[in-house]
Amino acid sequence: MTVTALTTAEDVPAPASVTMTKALNQALRDSLAEDDTVLVFGEDVGRLGGVFRVTEGLRKEFGPERVWDSPLAESGIVGTAIGMAMAGMRPVIEMQFDAYAYPAFEQIVSHVAKMRNRTKGHVSLPITIRIPYAGDIGGVEHHSDSSEAYWCSTPGLTVVTPSNPADAYSLLRESVASEDPVIFMEPKSRYWMKDKLSLPVQTAPMDRAQVVREGSDVTLLTYGPTVRTALAAAEDGAEHGLSIEVIDLRSLSPFDDETVSASVRKTSRAAIIHEAAQFGGYGAEVAARVTEANFTHLSAPILRITGFDVPYPSPKLEEYFLPTAERILDALESWDWEL
Amino acid sequence: MTIDVPTSRRALPQLQPVSFIGADGQPADVPADGLTIPSDRTLLGLYQKMVQVRRFEAQVTHLTRQGRLATYPSAAGQEAIEVGATTALAPNDWLFPTYRDSASLLTRGVPVTEILAAFRGDWHCGFDPNEYHTSPAATPLATQTLHATGFAMAAKLKGEDACTLTFLGDGASSEGDTHEAFNFASVWQTPTVFVLQNNQYAISTPLREQSNATMLADRAAGYGMPGLRVDGNDIAAVFAAVTAALERARNGEGPTLIECLTYRMESHTNSDDPTKYRDAEEVEHWKQFDPIDRLEKHLRTAGVLDDETAAEITASAEELATSVRDAMNTEAEVDPSELFAYVYANPRANLIAQQGKLEAELAAAAQS
Repeated sequence: MTVTALTTAEDVPAPASVTMTKALNQALRDSLAEDDTVLVFGEDVGRLGGVFRVTEGLRKEFGPERVWDSPLAESGIVGTAIGMAMAGMRPVIEMQFDAYAYPAFEQIVSHVAKMRNRTKGHVSLPITIRIPYAGDIGGVEHHSDSSEAYWCSTPGLTVVTPSNPADAYSLLRESVASEDPVIFMEPKSRYWMKDKLSLPVQTAPMDRAQVVREGSDVTLLTYGPTVRTALAAAEDGAEHGLSIEVIDLRSLSPFDDETVSASVRKTSRAAIIHEAAQFGGYGAEVAARVTEANFTHLSAPILRITGFDVPYPSPKLEEYFLPTAERILDALESWDWEL
Repeated sequence: MTIDVPTSRRALPQLQPVSFIGADGQPADVPADGLTIPSDRTLLGLYQKMVQVRRFEAQVTHLTRQGRLATYPSAAGQEAIEVGATTALAPNDWLFPTYRDSASLLTRGVPVTEILAAFRGDWHCGFDPNEYHTSPAATPLATQTLHATGFAMAAKLKGEDACTLTFLGDGASSEGDTHEAFNFASVWQTPTVFVLQNNQYAISTPLREQSNATMLADRAAGYGMPGLRVDGNDIAAVFAAVTAALERARNGEGPTLIECLTYRMESHTNSDDPTKYRDAEEVEHWKQFDPIDRLEKHLRTAGVLDDETAAEITASAEELATSVRDAMNTEAEVDPSELFAYVYANPRANLIAQQGKLEAELAAAAQS
């Protein structure tokens, strides 16, 4: 579970501007360098370095026996990764886009998630499945799905998603090192986000949520692409005298009840924000479990501010679909604050 | 514009299935496709295993009818493939079986109780795969073909001398994973042997409604992989074909597809009703191609099997049947706390809480 081989304080280079893509790339590079059993393969991840360049340069550095382009078949990629993991390898595989992971659904749900349980712990599958997800990049159909609920409702899977470059590095290192299979969801719209940081970096453990802005009136629970949106809402809310706390969940499964409950008990109000459609979405689980654990501390029902219950729209309609800071603040206003 | 035109292509398999011992026990007059018949000593060992496996299948089917097992897919009639292919494996090789391949697990040395755990309902997989170099029997169709390919790829990357062998059926040959596995294995040149048991039926759907290919072995050519078709009821042919494919795999020459023609003598499982989709005459017809009868005739003619040895073999099969009855006539002990024990390597708060609730429920029930 721990990320080893971190450099000591003296070795740390001066903070530089690092994109999420660069952070992910460095996490893969460091994982490959540290552990010979780590393998990277998938569609176009070798010569091209992936369509988002997350694997850029890795084939050249580690050779085609560690990093290579596979045939174009997602079930094949996941299915062969399972066999490799059974043979003691630690594959890190890429599904090129969220919706293109669906052909691999059976292999992920029926085998990746269940092998350890099926074999009474004799066969673990330390596989990391990287899935670029969500929209706001002007993508054509099938390039902007938020598929997290499918994975989260499958026992046996761990599902994490970073919202910033530092977490991208740290969560990916920890995912690759994990004995359990991890669905690693990369928010496409945040790939080019830059932060000043020094790599390697170790952030909070991968199963913990993080309070990314403190506040006292309401807690916004979110993850991945909409952390930025929630922070913008908090900024705007502050101008209107509303003190908003923002939690970046980071780990969608398992869920960090402790961090979330502590915040909700403090603010007594919570809203969950995600891009995915609302009905049967991840927010429904969050609202239910947070209510169950904190009902007497709540002074309002938990709101869901999400994408509409429609298929992800065409680029020119994205702006109407995606939750915005304004929509979040409007929703918060609709609460009966006098409860 | 110029296009490189290939000067040769992988040949299609010979039309006549390779067979050494005909249904009448006499030498089959079929081109051997470069294969060599195993020695009579090897065949005698295979004969004994087939007799045991058939007795095993009959006993387990019987126990299932008695309600001792939840369900059971028998491989009766397919013993030559189960035993022949599995015996050809080296201990370091890995087997990737399906739900119909209990006989291969038995051949691989997995204990009876551990094989049948899944069907009795004790646990989904009753054995430690690492101990027997055998994957859990796959219930979803064709998914295991990719696992076998990936495992072999890892062995190749590590430079380890381990091949993989996976079984699949004619029904599974229609699944996308089968095509992906053939393709990945051939592109990556993994040491993998695909043993396709063409038993004519996918539950009730006959082969002619499954595929319009002249024969399923033809598909190998499309993936640039050698394919051949053998008489799946002639264990000499199955053993020779798998042995040769494993040798190619070990020499770094990549995967092979072997289509074994056979017939599922029993129903799909005990809950199936085959009278709805096939005639008794058809089943009767296939009895003349029985894999055990023909080998017995061959071995007796060759003078390596006499009444005394045959009686010993029958006795060993009865002994196995007794052990199956003894094992299945005891109640399986299950532990509800195991529901939570293996899902994750890293413990989870929600599972710990749910386990606590279940244990409290059980404690309360025990007191009332």
